[in-house]
Amino acid sequence: MVLFIDNKPHEVPAGKNLLEACLTLGKDIPYFCWHPAMGSVGACRQCAVKVYKDENDQKGRLVMSCMEPVVNNQRISIEDHDAKEFREHVIEWLMTNHPHDCAVCDEGGSCHLQDMTVMSGHNYRNYNYKKRTYTNQYLGPFLNHEMNRCIQCYRCVRFYKDYAGGKDLDVFASKNNVYFGRAEDGILENEFSGNLAEVCPTGVFTDKTLKQHYTRKWDLTMAPSICQHCSVGCNTIAGERYGSLRMIANRYNGDVNGYFLCDRGRYGYEFVNAADRIRKPRIQQRETDREALLSNLSGLLNKPGVIGIGSPRASLQSNFVLKTLVGEHNFYHGVSDSEHDLAELAVKILREGTVRTPSTKEVEEADAVFILGEDITNTAPILALAVRQSVRQQPAALAEKANIPLWNDAAVKGVVQDKKGPLFIATLTTTKLDELATATYRATPECIARLGFAVAHALDNAAPAVADLSENLLVLAEQIAQALRTAKKPVIISGAGCESDAVMKAAANVAHALQKENKNTGLVYTMLECNSIGLAMMGGHRLHAAFNAVVNGHADTVIVLENDLYRHGRKSDVDAFLKACRNIIVLDHSMHATTQQAHVVIPAGTFAESDGILVNNEGRAQRFFQVYESKDMVRESWRWLLDIGTEAGNTRLSTWKNFEDITHAIATSEPLLQGIDQVTPPSQFRVAGQRIPRAPHRYSGRTSMQANINVSEPKPPEDPDSPLSYTMEGYRGMPPSSMIPFFWSPGWNSVQSVNKYQQEIGGALKGGDPGIRLLEPATTGTIKYFEGIPEAFKALEDHLLIMPMHHIFGSEELSARSPSVAQRIPKPYILLSMDDAVSMSLLENYILRFYIGRYEYSLPVKVSNAIPNGVAAVPYGLPEIPYTELPEWATTRAPKYLHTLTPTYTPKHQNT
Amino acid sequence: MERPLTEHIRKDLRPLTLKEYEQAGGYQSVRKALKGMTPKDIQSVVKDSNLRGRGGAGFLTGLKWSFVPMDSTIETKYLIVNADEMEPGTFKDRLLLESAPHQLIEGMIVSAFAIQATISFVFLRWAYKEAANHIRFAIQEAYDAGYLGNDILGSGFNLEMHLHTGVGRYICGEETALLSSLEGKRATPRAKPPFPQVSGLFGKPTIVNNVETLCCIPHIVNKGADWFQKLSLTNDAGTKLFGVSGKVKTPGLWELPMGITMRELLEEYAGGMQDGLKFRGALPGGASTDFLVEEHLDVKMDYVSIAAAGSRLGTGTMIVLDDKTSVVGFVRNLMHFFAQESCGFCTPCREGIPWIEKILTSLEAGKGEGHDLHLLDFHTKYLGPGNTFCALAPGAMEPLQSALKYFRKDFEHYIAEEIQNTTHPLPATRKRLITDISKF
Repeated sequence: MVLFIDNKPHEVPAGKNLLEACLTLGKDIPYFCWHPAMGSVGACRQCAVKVYKDENDQKGRLVMSCMEPVVNNQRISIEDHDAKEFREHVIEWLMTNHPHDCAVCDEGGSCHLQDMTVMSGHNYRNYNYKKRTYTNQYLGPFLNHEMNRCIQCYRCVRFYKDYAGGKDLDVFASKNNVYFGRAEDGILENEFSGNLAEVCPTGVFTDKTLKQHYTRKWDLTMAPSICQHCSVGCNTIAGERYGSLRMIANRYNGDVNGYFLCDRGRYGYEFVNAADRIRKPRIQQRETDREALLSNLSGLLNKPGVIGIGSPRASLQSNFVLKTLVGEHNFYHGVSDSEHDLAELAVKILREGTVRTPSTKEVEEADAVFILGEDITNTAPILALAVRQSVRQQPAALAEKANIPLWNDAAVKGVVQDKKGPLFIATLTTTKLDELATATYRATPECIARLGFAVAHALDNAAPAVADLSENLLVLAEQIAQALRTAKKPVIISGAGCESDAVMKAAANVAHALQKENKNTGLVYTMLECNSIGLAMMGGHRLHAAFNAVVNGHADTVIVLENDLYRHGRKSDVDAFLKACRNIIVLDHSMHATTQQAHVVIPAGTFAESDGILVNNEGRAQRFFQVYESKDMVRESWRWLLDIGTEAGNTRLSTWKNFEDITHAIATSEPLLQGIDQVTPPSQFRVAGQRIPRAPHRYSGRTSMQANINVSEPKPPEDPDSPLSYTMEGYRGMPPSSMIPFFWSPGWNSVQSVNKYQQEIGGALKGGDPGIRLLEPATTGTIKYFEGIPEAFKALEDHLLIMPMHHIFGSEELSARSPSVAQRIPKPYILLSMDDAVSMSLLENYILRFYIGRYEYSLPVKVSNAIPNGVAAVPYGLPEIPYTELPEWATTRAPKYLHTLTPTYTPKHQNT
Repeated sequence: MERPLTEHIRKDLRPLTLKEYEQAGGYQSVRKALKGMTPKDIQSVVKDSNLRGRGGAGFLTGLKWSFVPMDSTIETKYLIVNADEMEPGTFKDRLLLESAPHQLIEGMIVSAFAIQATISFVFLRWAYKEAANHIRFAIQEAYDAGYLGNDILGSGFNLEMHLHTGVGRYICGEETALLSSLEGKRATPRAKPPFPQVSGLFGKPTIVNNVETLCCIPHIVNKGADWFQKLSLTNDAGTKLFGVSGKVKTPGLWELPMGITMRELLEEYAGGMQDGLKFRGALPGGASTDFLVEEHLDVKMDYVSIAAAGSRLGTGTMIVLDDKTSVVGFVRNLMHFFAQESCGFCTPCREGIPWIEKILTSLEAGKGEGHDLHLLDFHTKYLGPGNTFCALAPGAMEPLQSALKYFRKDFEHYIAEEIQNTTHPLPATRKRLITDISKF
């Protein structure tokens, strides 16, 4: 389509509104209420332009560009006097009650309202009456609330309620007194609340953790990073000053996380600054220096009997160097055997099967979703946000039928009302997505698998049939099959969350059966850690084999990489293993039960102090960059291991000098990881002979920030591993999409500057969305269905099958160390069905004592109507509940009448 | 003179019971329509009658109905009567609601049949308590007599009718905000397109008509389009309820032919100005219409003629301004109302009208400043249709812009002379501090 803007013709895509079209062309039109992910509502009236009937029309009329579809050969003007004057005065209106407190406002310097004010030209205040003021609210550990700054764009409620499904933020009152907040003070409950800090165009909602060590955006040293707190691998920007990590912000990746992060990802970073970080090497609890450490270790490692235990939360590089150091046969995965097997199963299905695993963006576009066994709101939150959007796909046809463009958000909602597309959820108990579901099914993994197998059979007779299926389940399976069969882009989601290979295989069967008829079928497996898939693609043995190797005397020295074994193995097993080890060498950044027993502790870098590549659950290899060099002896695990190997005379390791060498070695020697050296440009990459600066050009105080120590400015560190510089020196233009340290464009200081980095608004980044997909389906494979349908679950008398319950806050190790996240971690509990509670004479909060193997557990009871009888669930990953591989049968004794007790545990969270 | 809308209203304003109403010829049009006419027949007689919406905008009712899809696959359509009469100075629907509820119900049944709506709502202003009682009673009577419910009069046509009393927000009288409110959401207007005729209440085709409009329908169906056209003295058909308020001798409400002059209405019916007061101007159709002044007194009260004179017929209820009432105070009072009733959704209305109110208040308090009138002018320029989300702010600007036009001296009077002469309007002369944003 051709669009004439101020008499110049431009080629624009059809189906957009004028604002999107103009922004895509690089034009500057100020806006507030419109958001590329949430569409238009026309509230702020900021984006006015003139539209002309034809070339003879001189007068034209003002329209809101976000509310007008592009029409071929349309003539508009952005520069028209009336349009400019109106836009300027809209800012003036918005500013009548704004406190103009930029100097003390956290948003200052990265404020969309500031940018738009400058853009519109408004600079003189004609309003000289009193401003209205508001009372602010306490909103929990993640967000500040400063309502006086509000310009009433309605974005917050549109994101929180409409997009993220939140219930406890709303707009109250009317006229020039509208209020955005909760009905009363309290913690914002939604898992995506932190996005309000980025969605809000000014400083009403700001990052509360940033406030505790506040730094202006322009004073941060920033690097492109990858979230470490689940397997989705959201792209983030991590910012540092004075050697501490200050904030995590969203880094747009159209395929993965789009515009949003979950609160675990945004606020989990504080573990980096924890007081109990390991900053110096220790031998036998005594701090030591580098030389002593290396010579000590080279002695240990030159003897036979050294094994290495890798980690699903460490980079490919660190795992690979460890594997090389100890030898392929001595490298073990630091995950429970069931997680090890499930991750390998996922890789096998996605590589050898015929079904493609879609990106998060593609899940958003799915028009029918079937979730088996996974509570994705808690295990892969951004995926849950995508599923939330997917249920809008089918009803959107109603809007299209009524000629309403999909960006016209309020109008689409008016037509669609409460209609939702098909979403089926089969999980152990209720999940947050249930409110959107067409149907839910509450069952144990065995029964969920049986339902999945039945759906696959209903779709394709060649798939194995399920024997003795109840009438209800047959009807449900047929209903699900019908919805999936008629969908254009069905997606099946499962994962490691319920620790069942049968469930994952059932999901694969459903996807395979669909794929026969519909090539657009997608299959998603979520995993428990950020690099679970990467580790599985690298190969290595099970953890129990490592235990056996030492306990049986085949090895006596273990190197544990970034791993608390007590989170992956039963306490008795880990105790026995560690006791049998003569030398325990642990590389990690934070203290935990395993580091406490180590003979040698080596200070590893967190993601903020490291370079590395992770592979997310889509099989997408993504790189995170070091944000800053630690002043202490903290180094990347892979760098320590290189040094240790070189010192010990390992000939292969001694030829690798930097990140690049290791990455090449992985790409050439690991068949499944071919191509990961293409994830980002090489470290020699330069633009116009320059590096890409980590700091914005306005970064202040570089020459003086160390002056209290020494007035001569130290030389900035050189980065041997990437093309980024640690200062503001370097190329000012747009870097390659895989290494954008921060978004900025002239006149666009807020996160909204991402507009300028996109090929089209809301689409892929210029140069393509970052990451390389490593898992593509086999093109020639014949469909093979998994057999081995499990028996239906049968409850046992005096026994409970204990299942893990994942929590967005608490179940993941590192984020749980963040003080803000810690405030949201649930207290330990055991979830029982109403019938079981009644039969054991238990009420809510009564203590249930139960036994798994030799271990006694006692936890307060929570009662649910939605969990099957004979099953109980306990939170996964809480330190108060010692790890055991679940599901596992527990025995109970005769009912005990106990007084109501509250858990006595208080978390020991520290922060610098 | 024929007064179809009010002829059966008793002196004491007590509504007729169903029986009394039927004896007076009530519900004839329902029989006629449901038994002998097709929806298309009714639509075309209404179209031919040239009936225009009595709620203020004056849109042709037949044309509005014609946008409703008549595709038989559509399961649910709605007919809503907008009885949220809250415009300052407007009290015409109140009479019909309180004293002739069956006439409204009759009109709704026929109109619902014409667009094949099966569910209807009376969206009533909360303060009309007496009307609520009468309508509730009348609806029950109509149900009991088989005029509402399933298979009305054996025709196979079904119609539910519900009374919904609002909670007292002026914005609910805006048809799309009314729909939002009725859906249980914030009373925020909706963008058009899509129009309610296509996607209205709960996303279904919906017609929202004013009380007086629907009350005309039975008479048009009974007596024909020609008869209705001939009721009027001009081209805009029918009779109209005209009201007069302000300092006239006998303020009130009368059903009169469309097209009588303002002078007739003011002098013959409202008895002229009170002793000692002179006419200065009037808002001819409620608070959100432009002032007309002495020179317009012979303008005919119909949609076209009033528009030609620079105002709008609106609701047909005139507010008269006399020479002893402060123009600024008069307008400030209206602005206070509109500022308070803004829904708070779009910026110009939410922030602009309170600003105007503050300027007018400070003028009255003798604290006017040199550029105040420029600021008022600027608001009248930019709070126009299309610039704001709905018609509330543009309506609010009509009395202000015309007051500034006809009574500018009254405004200037409040600004000290020395300021008037020395202060330049700021927007025109100030220097731009920042000219090139690319440097930032």
